[in-house]
Amino acid sequence: MTKILIENGRIIDPANAIDAVGSLCIADGKILQVLNPPADFTPDLTIDAKEHIVCPGFIDLSARLREPGHSHKGSIKSETRAALSAGVTSLCLPPDTKPCIDSPAVVEYIKDKAEAADYPQVLSIGALTQRLDGTELSSMFALKQAGCIAVSNAHAPLGNLLILRRAMEYASSHGLLLMYRANEAALSGKGCAHEGAMASQYGLPGIPVAAESIALAQALELAQLTGCRMHISQISCKQSVIKIQQAKKYGLNVTADVAIHQLHLSENDVRPFDSHYHVIPPFRSEEDGHYLREGLSNGTIDAICSDHQPHDLDAKLGAFPETEPGIASLETLLSLTLELTTLHRIGLNKVLASLTQKPAAILGLQAGALTPEFSADVCIFDPKLHWEVNEQTWHSTGRNTPYWQQSLIGKVTHTLQGGRLLYKFRNR
Amino acid sequence: MHQHLQLTEQGKLKHFLSIEGLNKHLLTEILDTAESFTGISEHQVKKVPLLRGKTIVNLFFENSTRTRTTFELAATRLSADVLNINIATSATSKGESLLDTIRNLEAMHVDMFVVRHALSGAAHFIAQHTAPHISVINAGDGQHAHPTQAMLDMFTIRQHKKQFEGLKVAIVGDILHSRVARSQILALNTLGVAEVRVIAPKTLLPAHVRSMGVIPLHDMSEGLSDVDVIIMLRLQKERMNSAFLPSESEFFKCYGLTETKLLRAKPNAIVMHPGPINRGVEIASNVADGPQSVVLEQVSNGIAVRMAIMTMTLGHHGGTA
Repeated sequence: MTKILIENGRIIDPANAIDAVGSLCIADGKILQVLNPPADFTPDLTIDAKEHIVCPGFIDLSARLREPGHSHKGSIKSETRAALSAGVTSLCLPPDTKPCIDSPAVVEYIKDKAEAADYPQVLSIGALTQRLDGTELSSMFALKQAGCIAVSNAHAPLGNLLILRRAMEYASSHGLLLMYRANEAALSGKGCAHEGAMASQYGLPGIPVAAESIALAQALELAQLTGCRMHISQISCKQSVIKIQQAKKYGLNVTADVAIHQLHLSENDVRPFDSHYHVIPPFRSEEDGHYLREGLSNGTIDAICSDHQPHDLDAKLGAFPETEPGIASLETLLSLTLELTTLHRIGLNKVLASLTQKPAAILGLQAGALTPEFSADVCIFDPKLHWEVNEQTWHSTGRNTPYWQQSLIGKVTHTLQGGRLLYKFRNR
Repeated sequence: MHQHLQLTEQGKLKHFLSIEGLNKHLLTEILDTAESFTGISEHQVKKVPLLRGKTIVNLFFENSTRTRTTFELAATRLSADVLNINIATSATSKGESLLDTIRNLEAMHVDMFVVRHALSGAAHFIAQHTAPHISVINAGDGQHAHPTQAMLDMFTIRQHKKQFEGLKVAIVGDILHSRVARSQILALNTLGVAEVRVIAPKTLLPAHVRSMGVIPLHDMSEGLSDVDVIIMLRLQKERMNSAFLPSESEFFKCYGLTETKLLRAKPNAIVMHPGPINRGVEIASNVADGPQSVVLEQVSNGIAVRMAIMTMTLGHHGGTA
């Protein structure tokens, strides 16, 4: 099989505490050697990574591919191409497909499609409840056997706290990770924006911070009670950061992620009635953003995810409250992550860990590191390359991003999955 | 962004979507233009040919007889052709159908849409997507704005108080759900009043109401003390069912305008209400019909102000007939 030599790059591998210029050797689809190439290594392919950074492929804890069920918004094929161009070599697919991922048949279907798309590392998250309707538990054991990496109810509410308790007990009986998006539906209601100055002024139904932090507090209590291994998905506010920090301090085995755009945009950036800024959870205050970045920096927040949600044009055409929330965010993931290092002075190794080592640890995967014998999932990027978000550079079917036609810095140039070079940037 | 959207490059009105982004000079121009139209309603022939040959579509996605009628009268008095389209909003009506409706009407060569819609931002959306020669007037969008109502209220205030400087204004009632209040607050502050107070229980105030440039108060007597203008807002009955308020009678007890409470205001204070009035809920009948009430003047001023806004928006592209 192919031997690949990536030379002259700055290799950053947070899991192995490596940050040095050197070579990376790949053979038989696996990492062979980092920094010191064996004398007899004769590569079939050499990639010159001068002035580039070489790191483990990114692991995205939440990316919607819109298949099955919403193929007018995107497909497993189109969105995994977007993922490869973003350096993402493994991604978790939330269960709110149509039909939802509540049976092994759907998991199999996704697996087949992913293999046909030449992107085997689509990791299905199983539905926590049947039909995601929040009342009856799904067949979690069967879902796990079919290959689900975790269980979650996505954005769908659970009927009551007893159901959450039972779900936690049952999931932990089968050693399943429970991914939880904290939202008290009665408090968020029909809200479409952060309950703050902007929503007050524009008369948009608001979602208070407490809708998230109250649900989070309850879930943390139940995780304590049941011993369930819980991961909190896409937190958005100061109160959540504080609560997770406390829970960790007192020994609860909980982890958390944040969507990349939440680390950059606040309610003040929302252009009035521009539906590209319609996201759930909504963009909160400047102070919340500050706490999220602080939480990422001090390790309270473990991982950054894209929370990729591609949409068709119609989904975003309408009065703000009736448009569908979400941003197509895979392809801006790296540039925005790098901006954290320049604009907000968070260490490069730290932010790269939150895209590689940390999500791998959360999922219990042997990935996210350049450890010899690990599958050669590698991302090479040019941290200084200026590029514009436009139809020439874009791969996702969804063009719903507030960064459309903006100039960003930092671009993935090569993505290798299982030792195969599956993406190479061409400056078109 | 609003500025770009509703103004021409020369700073003239192209659409009228929100008070936000409009300066004092422009608001005053609207009031002055409206002033020039007030005589017309008293003429034997109540028509001027300013918009002859223009087609104005009243596009109402939400029912409103009153507002629609005043827009219709205003358009008719300007000699425009008027088309009334009522589209009852159903839960299934989506952005596509909104856009489709607009496209269909555009194909009929209309010149102006007067839009009312149950969702905040709907008028902006239409203005952004409509053909460049069409003007859009916001006749109320969700909880966001109702700028023509705010301007007719400003007109009524100016008639009685002559100037805005130094005025203390109290807005009482359901501020949270009120597009009228949001537009009034912007207009009052732009025109330079001394103070805008909003009086309501916390359940009916937006979370960050102070950021809107008002003083929130929960006590009516304190709030009305020494004010020049009292604006009462309509209270929707459904607020009782969703835990905003315990009962109409308790609301009236705390926030209903009675003769006794009115005594707290300046003796020459005026009492306003955008209508329709819930007598005995927001306001006692004897106050609504009393000497300080200007409610009916508001209604007739509505026609002149809407005539002014229609001519100003249509006047700057395509010219007047």
